[in-house]
Amino acid sequence: MAAPLTLLLIVAVTIRAVLFRSSLAELISARVEVVSPLNAWKRVVEGLALLDLGVSPYSGDVFHETPLMIYLFHFTVDYAEIVFIVSAYFVDCLSCFLKPLDRAKMFRKQKYALESDRYSADCLELLRSPKEMFYIPLKVAMFYLLNPFTILSCVAKSTCGLNNAIIALFIFCTLKGSALLSGILLALATYQSIYPLTLFAPALLFFLQRLYIPVNLRRSSFWFFTLQYAFMYVGSLVVITGLSFFLLGSWDFIPSVYGFIFSVPDLTPNIGLFWYFFAEMFEHFRLFFSCVFQINVFFYTIPLSIKLKEHPVFLIFMQIAIISIFKSYPTVGDVALYMAFLPAWSHLYRFLRNIFLVSCVLLACSALFPVLWHLWIYAGSANSNFYYAITLLFNFGQILLVADYFYAYLRREHHLTHGLYLKKKDGTEATLVLK
Amino acid sequence: MGLLSDPNRRKALTGLLTRLNTPICGMPVEWLVKAMQSRGLEVFTQSFSRKLPFPDENKERYMVRGTNVYGILRAPRAPRTEALVITAPCSPGNTNNQAVALLLALAQYFRNQIYWAKDIIFLVNEHDLIGTQAWLEGYHHTNITGMEYSPLQGRAGSIQAALSLELSSDVITSLDLVLEGLNGQLPNLDLANLFYAFCQKLGVLCTIQGKLQRNDWDTAEGYTHAAQTMMLMVLKQACGRSWGDHGLFLRYHIEAASVRGINSFRHYKTDATTIGRLLEGMVRKLNNLLERLHQSYFFYLLPSLSRFVSIGYYMPAFGLLAVILLLRALDLWVHLGAPALAAVDGVTEPSSPGVLTVLTPVVISHLTGVALYLLPVHLQEMAVEHFPVSETEAVVLTAIAIYTAGLALPHNTQRLLSGEGTEQGWKVLKLTALLYLAVLLGCTALINFSLGFILAVTLVPITASITPHMPKALYAVVMVLLSPAFTILYCVFIYQELIEAPVSVSEGWMLFLSVISQGILDHALYGSLVYPLLALFIYPCWLMFWNILFWN
Repeated sequence: MAAPLTLLLIVAVTIRAVLFRSSLAELISARVEVVSPLNAWKRVVEGLALLDLGVSPYSGDVFHETPLMIYLFHFTVDYAEIVFIVSAYFVDCLSCFLKPLDRAKMFRKQKYALESDRYSADCLELLRSPKEMFYIPLKVAMFYLLNPFTILSCVAKSTCGLNNAIIALFIFCTLKGSALLSGILLALATYQSIYPLTLFAPALLFFLQRLYIPVNLRRSSFWFFTLQYAFMYVGSLVVITGLSFFLLGSWDFIPSVYGFIFSVPDLTPNIGLFWYFFAEMFEHFRLFFSCVFQINVFFYTIPLSIKLKEHPVFLIFMQIAIISIFKSYPTVGDVALYMAFLPAWSHLYRFLRNIFLVSCVLLACSALFPVLWHLWIYAGSANSNFYYAITLLFNFGQILLVADYFYAYLRREHHLTHGLYLKKKDGTEATLVLK
Repeated sequence: MGLLSDPNRRKALTGLLTRLNTPICGMPVEWLVKAMQSRGLEVFTQSFSRKLPFPDENKERYMVRGTNVYGILRAPRAPRTEALVITAPCSPGNTNNQAVALLLALAQYFRNQIYWAKDIIFLVNEHDLIGTQAWLEGYHHTNITGMEYSPLQGRAGSIQAALSLELSSDVITSLDLVLEGLNGQLPNLDLANLFYAFCQKLGVLCTIQGKLQRNDWDTAEGYTHAAQTMMLMVLKQACGRSWGDHGLFLRYHIEAASVRGINSFRHYKTDATTIGRLLEGMVRKLNNLLERLHQSYFFYLLPSLSRFVSIGYYMPAFGLLAVILLLRALDLWVHLGAPALAAVDGVTEPSSPGVLTVLTPVVISHLTGVALYLLPVHLQEMAVEHFPVSETEAVVLTAIAIYTAGLALPHNTQRLLSGEGTEQGWKVLKLTALLYLAVLLGCTALINFSLGFILAVTLVPITASITPHMPKALYAVVMVLLSPAFTILYCVFIYQELIEAPVSVSEGWMLFLSVISQGILDHALYGSLVYPLLALFIYPCWLMFWNILFWN
């Protein structure tokens, strides 16, 4: 395991180093699919320049990063490329290490369920064995490091890579069981972009499951732990925000960062769903539609948490996927983060129904994005409708992928408890339908 | 009252034409500057230089140095926000020796009118396309092709439209309209309609692709004629080079067309005055535009000047070809996904060969493609040292050698894979290759429909049906005969047939070699995408299918 992993790391570094030094780096940092107004390197450099001049970096509506990020880059701006490569490594090393933790717990659970006859007898082939799971950490690392989306994001020096590293660290600490660290890292991730707030629910569910506290609203132990975790989370968030205030001496960053994320004033095209709508909309309805679109991101937490309260790790994956699809300024780096987790669910492969269609759609859309951008902006033969059509198709493909995995997961759970070959009451073969 | 109704002006124009009939070495920059200044234009010059990657044998140049001269006619009462360009390339010898005279006569006439709302730039560029590229890059402050040029001293606002004149004799029998630009981009159809409308109004014969219009379009001969005209347009668009100076303007979202005067053996000749009136009419129409031309189609094929085939008609044809690949891929997917029926007695097949066995042919094919793209130009010095060939021949022959060497690959990659040739292996590779080809052809057809269509017609039938279980020798020959290089060869022969100048096999072969060298030069000089597309993407894709044929 160590040898293939080292080889993988070397190959990944080589690819990134070659691309950093080639002329493609300039081209990639300008592409709208890879950088957004929130995480473009050009804007970080602009903010640092303003900071050096003694002016608030948020004046002029160019810079939308958090103060801690400015100070991180203030000290490492000459080594920026190394910072981004290291953060990419963070993500996959963590995903490597978190797999064994998850595995041990999962095998224990499987053993108990088998012994207590909760699983039906003919579902042996659905159970996961250590042998098939041995290579999952390597596959996760490969999926993240060699994913073209990650490579593009890293070469463009988009701070999305750092956000991904923080979220990966948060998942690692959660799975390791340390509530305090998990709360602090979740606060840091929320501080960076607000959407990881929805990851509070799966993290909480995970800890409750770990400590064998039943999720019952009438139990006092449930409320006790929830309040503890919420206190740690909110406390760290307050501390980090206060620290930012003292670093820069003003509250400017709140409207510039969080106000920017919520009110979506910049309508540069990207791979998300917001820009076209808001470009067409009348000013009168802008507030209403901003609220509707933003609620869309947060709304799925409640039903998903209720359905997946026994399976918080899968819930984390679903939440991250929903954030990357519906957030206000998505980039391909966000897409790469949840795609890296797909090998962890490779046992669901047999239940996936649309994987061919989804892969074709995502592949075709990734190829068509630059073509239609060229036809719209440079050749002038197309217009924004063409580009938005591809954006819609891309997001449709992503939603189909997430929904497919959700279906496969639930179906496997159903088969585990009710047997693999389902029969209706009169003995004929039954089919499973997701309602 | 029209252009040159004044006898004095007519005499001046005839004088100019006679003077310019004498051959001039290089471009008479000072004379042009003085001539334009005396007509009341603001004159500026731009010098540029470019070293070609290898000598261009068609035009016999290697190190190109030149000067562009342009004069700006300022609109008398309008703010200087928009401009029109009329350009006449100044080539050595007798090609295009009348166009500059007509340009100057037009400038003199335009100067006296008060209805101009846009500035008019009269550009005389040297070394045709290279000069135009240098001027456009200087005007728009870009540098995409590595040309060295002096910055432009005078500017006139955003260019709305451009016309390029090529006139080699003082009387003509017909005017030819050239629309195809770089990478197959076409101007708005409105510009072609405008030209045709003016030709009809003034009674000038106009042609497209050098062919006259026919009125009997519902007879068999008329239909064949129209089909031939359209085929010519497809072939010209597919090769991705700019067939007139206007082609480079299209990239900057400037609608442009080239007008070429043809003097053939007819009795009825049109003189320069009428051409001048035609151009004046067109420029006045363009002057009255409130916005850039965008109302009509940007994607069309012209069987004649009065009929067009829009994208809504020709895209479904291409779509159906692409669907063949997708259906084949779906079929393979279903076959791969069906559980192995041989696992009845518990002996399971080895699990899917994994990504690595597919990865090796893909990586090696793409490395060959990269070699085909980079090596011919970089190794030309070494080739010239060791073989008795010129640089151009060295580049072209290296490209052909690498292309042929790629055919030997399957025998080597098989050894590398250490005997992993399972049934699953080639199916996975074919699935990947089919999807890759479908996406590639789709993207190509969106940008340059003709190129995508020609590649689809030659590649789709054979690649969809190829398997390792067919008679290898026969299918190998068929695959080679339908490979991209042979497609170019057939296109050369078909093109020569269509322009009614058929060539023999050896002449065709020389033309083919010059087409390859022109393709590489166009990519280096103007950023044409045909050569990198074929070398870096289509050729590796074809090699992957070649691998599948020889899968053991």
